[in-house]
Amino acid sequence: MSTYAQKKGFGATVWDYLTTVDHKKIAILYLIAGGLFFVLGGLEAMFIRIQLAVPNNDFVSAGLYNEILTMHGTTMIFLAAMPLLFAFMNAIMPLQIGARDVAFPFVNALGFWLFFFGGIFLNLSWFLGGAPDAGWTSYASLSMASEGHGIDFYALGLQISGAGTLMGGINFLVTIINMRAPGMTYMRMPLFTWSTFVASALILFAFPPLTVGLFLLIFDRMFGSNFFDVANGGNTVIWEHLFWIFGHPEVYILVLPAFGIFSEIFATFSRKRLFGYSSMVFATVLIGFLGFMVWAHHMFTTGLGPIANAIFAVATMAIAVPTGIKIFNWLFTMWGGSIKFTTPMLYAVAFIPSFVGGGVTGVMLASAAADYQYHDSYFVVAHFHYVIVGGVVFGLLAATHFYWPKMFGTMLNETLGKITFWLFLIGFHLTFFIQHFLGLMGMPRRIFTFLPNQGLDAGNLISTVGAFFMAIATLILLYNIVVTSVKNEKVGNDPWEDGRTLEWAIPSPPPFYNFKQLPLVRGLDPLWIEKMEGKKTMTPAEPLGDIHMPNNSFTPFMISLGLFVAAFGALYREDYHWGVMVLIAGLGITLLSMFVRSVKDDHGFHIHKEDLLNDDDKGGKA
Amino acid sequence: MKRLAKWRMISMFAIITLLLSGCGEPFLSTLQPAGEVAKEQFDLMMLSVAIMVGVIIVVTLIFAIVVVKFRRKDDSIPKQVEGSHKLEIIWTVIPIILLLILAVPTVASTFKFADVSEMDKKNEDGKTDALVINVRANLYWWEFEYPDEEIITSQDLVVPTGQKVYFNLKASDVKHSFWIPAVGGKMDTNTDNVNRFYLQFDEQKANEAGDLFYGKCAELCGPSHALMDFKVKAISPDEFDKWVADMQSVKEAETAETPLAQQGQEVFNNSCIGCHAVTPATGAPEAARLGPNLTNFGERSRIAGVLDHSEEELKNWISDPEAYKPGNKMTNAYNKLTPEELDAVTEYLMNLKVQD
Repeated sequence: MSTYAQKKGFGATVWDYLTTVDHKKIAILYLIAGGLFFVLGGLEAMFIRIQLAVPNNDFVSAGLYNEILTMHGTTMIFLAAMPLLFAFMNAIMPLQIGARDVAFPFVNALGFWLFFFGGIFLNLSWFLGGAPDAGWTSYASLSMASEGHGIDFYALGLQISGAGTLMGGINFLVTIINMRAPGMTYMRMPLFTWSTFVASALILFAFPPLTVGLFLLIFDRMFGSNFFDVANGGNTVIWEHLFWIFGHPEVYILVLPAFGIFSEIFATFSRKRLFGYSSMVFATVLIGFLGFMVWAHHMFTTGLGPIANAIFAVATMAIAVPTGIKIFNWLFTMWGGSIKFTTPMLYAVAFIPSFVGGGVTGVMLASAAADYQYHDSYFVVAHFHYVIVGGVVFGLLAATHFYWPKMFGTMLNETLGKITFWLFLIGFHLTFFIQHFLGLMGMPRRIFTFLPNQGLDAGNLISTVGAFFMAIATLILLYNIVVTSVKNEKVGNDPWEDGRTLEWAIPSPPPFYNFKQLPLVRGLDPLWIEKMEGKKTMTPAEPLGDIHMPNNSFTPFMISLGLFVAAFGALYREDYHWGVMVLIAGLGITLLSMFVRSVKDDHGFHIHKEDLLNDDDKGGKA
Repeated sequence: MKRLAKWRMISMFAIITLLLSGCGEPFLSTLQPAGEVAKEQFDLMMLSVAIMVGVIIVVTLIFAIVVVKFRRKDDSIPKQVEGSHKLEIIWTVIPIILLLILAVPTVASTFKFADVSEMDKKNEDGKTDALVINVRANLYWWEFEYPDEEIITSQDLVVPTGQKVYFNLKASDVKHSFWIPAVGGKMDTNTDNVNRFYLQFDEQKANEAGDLFYGKCAELCGPSHALMDFKVKAISPDEFDKWVADMQSVKEAETAETPLAQQGQEVFNNSCIGCHAVTPATGAPEAARLGPNLTNFGERSRIAGVLDHSEEELKNWISDPEAYKPGNKMTNAYNKLTPEELDAVTEYLMNLKVQD
């Protein structure tokens, strides 16, 4: 945190974060909130594994188990993985392209608060009559039949947080298109920026179908419509299509930024430029494009018929090609390099075999006729955990270690980091490898218990043991964060010493205006180019001048709070007479806040040239 | 070289098949296929596994070389390589070829498994030559209707071995999925439409599995999703014909024989018959068939799909179904029975048999 924050009291710091529009502070908010939900989702995972450790266990009841499995999936995807990725996108992407902030700082803050209030709303269901229990996919016939308000919390909560995600995605797109520093052409952008760009485009096209699906669900459950009511001419398969038209691109929204993070790490710690940069970019775009053509492979057993199944099977297999290109490019980035095994690099290296494991089972699942056996069995559970943990979570853990000094100005402890890594790696494979076989041996997914004498006992026990390894690894990571934050040993611009891209050319953490003078980019890996010519810093592209900055604003918080309140009104509208009033009041708060935002002229402020020069004299901050 | 590669492929295929086919229980595991459909799916699995293990070996080799050979030894700067067109083409084209090898049999099998044209061929009596079974999935039990034979049974599916058995699949409340892992892949039972597919049960494998395969619900359907099991009795065609004839001979509820059972029948007629039929007739509308048909209850393999078939478990079940299958529709659908009534009903139900 900057020297400003240290001078402030606790209350002032909180207020600063509630009103901030600075992409670096919003990144920290995403990191804290996402981390919190990650721990929550992890706890739910532990409950699942404890319940399934032995046959006929009664650690949790059948109904509660369904709530836990639903919240585990929903939390991990929407409230942990996505926001944690958004944290790094926010923190790093503008620095990588040499920008002073994202294109719409206000919208950036709004996106965070919408996500945060949506997530809180969803999790409050635990205390208000029960969480959703129809799985994270919430298939229509079951979600329509589900009693209580669990599914309503799901639909409303995701609608609010989804709006935030959509805004974030659009913001990143505009930022990358418009705010690149002089010389930063598209084909000079670091891979993490490229993958942020493609993932944001996927968000733009994938979230609207989810929004539509959730609205239909909300209207069916809360306002008496019949979109999914078969008896009244509705159709539940429509939900499956809408959900997966969103849901499949969603996994690429998660994994592409992770690919980007790994690309940065491989290049950095191999001291080599990324092998086949242009084919990496091409593969990223192609994966994003194909990601929209394959959703029905989640529905091979729905009964779409052989023509649809065959087409979607072949289309799905096609995705293996660009993914394979990436794997080999990473391997050949390291080939001939000078590899330093830091903690982030360990995660990156371990990611390759782990993710290939998930990738090959993905191709197996693409084979429609064989998928009739795999579908909805533990084989699928093993597959997507290999992809999402082995790909996304490894990526997030790697990024946490890699970018921590850039975000907070201090390094995480490497020894503790490596202990975390080994425990997590062993635990991960112990938990999920055996699940492939459990599935093939006839274990359906989403079962709250299993009977003895079906040959499933040993595998499930091994799986549970593995989960504890991962839990311990996470605890050590948290300990690491606390210890190093307390010590707070400051680091310089380029703490890993092998930094190649623009973010390593400025102080850690960067000043709130990022770049005093926008840098001149002369090629891929701009900092590396300068380093190779014996320079320590970037050549500026502009003379020192005033910098225009946006003012802080409390309005994003209020707009989001209004929707949070309105959601309670919609939820309780039929139970209590005050429901409608709360709904109107909540929407009123939101609309009024938006009105204030519209009519109030806020021109921001300028940092004057003289002050920037003063910063230099003091030495510390710039 | 080429021939060598081919041999390697075949031997790898054999090793993997051998390793995996030992896995799981013969009545449940997809790795011990007990019918034509499961066998073809197993072969497809093994083909894809073989290809994928090949890919993994190549990646692992390069990976091992890289992490051993290129560790940082000094502070020198390695050569900055942009890429290699030749390599790029190699690792684009080879995967495409591998995927084509997998795609062709995948598409062929997908169309083959969807071929249910036999179901539409009616003979002079307006019936099909092939055996057709209508499966109706309910919270948390299964109904099996044999439309041509005009009989209904529940929970224990009875099928002949050695021939294709065709299924109409649907659900009456929420979506479920019909899966007999050892015999073939699953298909969803939708609330919107009827899905159709076929399975074939192998006689020898059925014997190895104790003539009883385990069936599962594979789509989350509520609290007791995990307990929505059914069983499949695969018997020879002759035995099957005999079973059908025995079932058909039950035209009306048979009067119980022992006094206790008669007393039980009375209780049953007062408390249970609103939902549970004891004749296999197909006449009643689906909406009236609220619970499993119990015509041959005494000959079933499990109680409620998951409990041992014993008098004690039956009493436990009737006394408190909620304790064994949370969220089921039987709980509170009848008045609590006294211990005497419970004994009587148990006696009656356990003696509901059709085979002599």
